[in-house]
Order: sequence, then structure tokens, then C-alpha cells
Amino acid sequence: MAMQPVDTADLSLAADAAHAVNPWVAAAYLVAGVLFILALRGLSSPATSRAGNRFGMAGMMIAVVTTLVTHELATLGEILVAIAIGGTIGFVIARRIAMTAMPQLVAAFHSLVGLAAVLVAAAAFLNPDAFAILGLDGNILVVSRIEMALGAAIGAITFSGSVIAFAKLNGNMSGKPILLPARHAINLGTLAAIVVLTALYALSGDAGPGEGWTFWAIVALAFAIGFLLIIPIGGADMPVVVSMLNSYSGWAAAAMGFTLHNTAMIVTGALVGSSGAILSYIMCRAMNRSFISVIAGGFGADSSGGGDAAKVDRPWKRGSAEDAAFLLKEAENVIIIPGYGMAVAQAQHVLREMGDQLKEHGVNVKYAIHPVAGRMPGHMNVLLAEANVPYDDVFELEDINHEFAQADVAFVIGANDVVNPAAKTDKSSPIYGMPVFDVDRAKTVMFIKRSMGGVGYSGVDNDVFYMDQTMMLLADAKKMVEEINKALAD
Amino acid sequence: MDFISILSIFVLACFVGYYVVWSVTPALHTPLMAVTNAISSVIIVGALIAAAAAGVPAAKWLGLLGVVLASVNIFGGFAVTARMLAMYKKKERPAPKGEGK
Repeated sequence: MAMQPVDTADLSLAADAAHAVNPWVAAAYLVAGVLFILALRGLSSPATSRAGNRFGMAGMMIAVVTTLVTHELATLGEILVAIAIGGTIGFVIARRIAMTAMPQLVAAFHSLVGLAAVLVAAAAFLNPDAFAILGLDGNILVVSRIEMALGAAIGAITFSGSVIAFAKLNGNMSGKPILLPARHAINLGTLAAIVVLTALYALSGDAGPGEGWTFWAIVALAFAIGFLLIIPIGGADMPVVVSMLNSYSGWAAAAMGFTLHNTAMIVTGALVGSSGAILSYIMCRAMNRSFISVIAGGFGADSSGGGDAAKVDRPWKRGSAEDAAFLLKEAENVIIIPGYGMAVAQAQHVLREMGDQLKEHGVNVKYAIHPVAGRMPGHMNVLLAEANVPYDDVFELEDINHEFAQADVAFVIGANDVVNPAAKTDKSSPIYGMPVFDVDRAKTVMFIKRSMGGVGYSGVDNDVFYMDQTMMLLADAKKMVEEINKALAD
Repeated sequence: MDFISILSIFVLACFVGYYVVWSVTPALHTPLMAVTNAISSVIIVGALIAAAAAGVPAAKWLGLLGVVLASVNIFGGFAVTARMLAMYKKKERPAPKGEGK
């Protein structure tokens, strides 16, 4: 009989079929997702980490190949060229980059993920048919609109935030916080505007392919807020910022995974999102600061902070490389505490030579690393590994802190706030409550520092400088350690 | 797949991520960031779909640009992670010189 309605039934089946992907394809993406989980699992120990990295590569290969073989390819040649261009650039950068520049490299890579997410969302907005998110009424599905807007917004924040983080870490921009008046009001207003625009876009009646100015407005505002969020945050809070942007890049991938109904993207997004969030949490805990206070920014802007009023004219002792070498040689236990200053001076290699010489003299040498030392999580560990320090000589804060009482020498190189006892005693100090190394319990503290003038990032004076058992070694970190090495060899 | 099954995968994956990441040793936090960076470039899947589709040239070009960016990250991220991980060495147990003192 007259079966006119069949047409629409067919159409709805077609729309369903577009989403009901071939089970083998879905399984392939699932395998990719599982391989990504194994990639992170491998990092539980250095021994298994290399295999983990290979799992990650295999997962990515499966995801890319699956996508290529299951889609009508109008442009295979162009795609291969695009992969070759990007791959070559990435590979060359990865080979050449100095280990000390790792924080800025990671920030730069985050910005690319963010921008890629924006581009994918924009492509889906312009050509929803290709992504199978076009509804029967000719509009993009409402839920897909929300996912796209979210993915684009998070991607844009990741991009512009990471660009600023990169500029600060790379020294293209001052590490000092830049504080706009009424910045909290501006930020909250922009965020609210993004939420309202997303709702407007979702509820709009005209949301066909490429329709809706609200989508572009969301992207523009998100770019702006990424920029505004990061400029007030100072250089040494960058470990938190880089971790946070890491997390955002994951959430952006997850949001696009929702749009594409792609398991590999959703699983990866969730993994990366939680990874970055946990790292941010670990960094904040290691500074005893709340995530909100870090993100609100401004820390370290005012260097007159700190409880000590009379701090200029206190007596302190200066030592020479020879004095240091003599004491180090006689010591039984030496704990070395590296900080960002070591990275700046590129002193990790000469430091390892010093450690080796001391070991030849029968000294027990250990390295102690604070979670926030350096400019990104694990920064110091990578540098020491680069210099061939065995990783079983390197210890975390809570594992080694009780050993300072038995240490003959605590050797502080390029660190400051992480050994400041004010964090334990001075309630008015901005770093109060931060877990620190108990170097004041060691018999001798050697402190390598450029000059007495500068103070740590927090702008707080450090009582360790003025203790009886402290020997200040004022010089460039690398030069000083080289001289100590010479004196040790004599 | 309907929204709720996708959401289930996402929520469960967040929990997997939580436990897996806490088990990562702090010494490897920098490689962790580099490798998460590489795998989050799985967003290339979306870029490939956009680049592969005929019909809307603007979307195709955006897709191709996305493929370039994501490829920088995939190759760069895995390569730099491999480079870092190759540096982590254990102490050689049989010390070549024996105890010094």
C-alpha cells in the first residue's frame, strides 16, 4: 500500500547506521585504548617504561590505520604528505632538544594538541555529515553541538594557555606574574559568557553545517581566557600550569571522542585528563598551596614578602671550592639537593663527576629531589638521568628526609625554597606548610648560589644561609662544581 | 553507541587513569607528561576523518592542518619519551673498583 513513511524510517535507520559502526572497527579502537593504558602502566618503573612507550606507539598506529582503512579517502596523498611533514618536524625537534628545555617543549606540544582539537571541532562544525552528527532536521545533533563547543573551548584554552606557558618557560616573556586589574572579574565573566553561548548554540533552531556565530564566539572567548588565565601565574608555579594544561589537552580529546563516538579517543582523553589532574594535585600538595590559589596567580609578584624584617646584616660564612672539597672528601654521607639553578647552569654532568669522585673516596652519595624542584614534574630526575646518575641513587622527599640527621654534608645546588626551614616554623611566611628538606639537621650545609643578594622564587629569605654549619659557595653552579672537582682530584 | 554507553566508557576510563597514574613513579613524571602528550594526539583520528571527506573544502583543509599538528606531537612525543627513558639506568651492581675506603 501507500508506504510513504518508509522514507523517513529509512533515513533514521541511515542516521543510526552511521553511528552503529562495524564491531571490528570499534574493537580496533578499543585495543588502541587498552594499549594506551599499558603505555602509562609501564611508567611504574624505569625497567618497564620502554616497553610501555612501544605499547603507546602500537596503539597510535592501530588508531590511525583503522581510521584510514574505514573511511572513504578522497585525499590519501594529501593526508600522507601532512603526516610526513608533521612527523619530520616532530622527530627532528625530539632528537635535538636539550633536556633542560623539556618543560618548554612539553608546553609547546600541549599547544599543538589544543589547536588540533579546535581544528577538528571547527571541521566537524563545517562538515557535520563527515562526522555523522547531522540530525534529520538538517541541524547538527544537540548533544554533538554541546560536545563540539566543549571540545573547541577546552582546546582553545589549552592552546593559548600553553603558548603563554611556553613563552614564560622559554624566556620569551618575563616569568614575573602580570596582574591585570579586576582580572578575576574578567575571567569569571568570560567563563560565564562561554557557558551562556554554549547553551545558546545548543538550543538554537538554525544549527546546520557552518551555521551559528555562537560557535566562533565560543572559540574566540576560549582563546582569550587561556591567555588571561596564565599571564598572572609566575615562573615557579609553572609545574602546576604545565600539568593543568596537560590535563586540559586530555579533556579536549575526550570531548571530541564523544562527538566521534570513538573509544580510543575517549579512553585516552580520560587517561590524560586524570594524569594531568593528579600531577597538578601532587605539585600543589608539595607547595602546600591550593589549586585555586595557584590558578588565581600573583604568587611571587611581591618580593618584599616574608616575616623577617631584619635580614640584611646577618653574619654568614663564605667557603671556597678547596674548603668544600676537603669537607666532602672526609664525609661519610653526602646528600645532594638539586634545584632549578642546576638546570639553568647545566651543571648536572659536572655534578655527577663530583658524585663519582666522592664515591671513589668511599663517600656514600645520594641525591634528594623535591617534587616541585625545577619547572615541571620530574624535571630534576630527567637531568640526573641524562648525566648518567643511576636512578637508585635518587630519592624522593619523604624517603630521604629522615637521613639528614646522619648526613655529614647536605649539598644544595640551585635550590632554595625547598630547604627553607621557615616553611616549618614561620607562620607568616608565604611558603609556610610546604614540605621541605631538613638540611638544617645535617652537620654541614653547602649552599651553591650566585650571590647573597637574590632570594628564592618565593622572595623569602632563608635562615639556612646564616646557620653556623652553613658554608656559602658563591659562584655559578657549574663553575663551582668544576673547581670542587679539580680540588678533589688533587 | 548511545550517549550513556559512551559516558560509561569515559567514567570507567577516568578511574583506570586515576589508579594507573598514581602508580607511576615520581622519577618518571616528565616522561609521563611527554607520553600523555603523544597519546592525546589520538585526536588525529578526528583530523583524518575531516581531511578524508570530500565536499567541504574548508573542513578538509582544517583537517589536514590538524593532521600536521597532531603528527608533530605523535612523532615528537614518542621520540622524546623514548630518548628520555633510554637515559634511566640502574647502578651496575658489580662495582668495577670495589669499595674504595
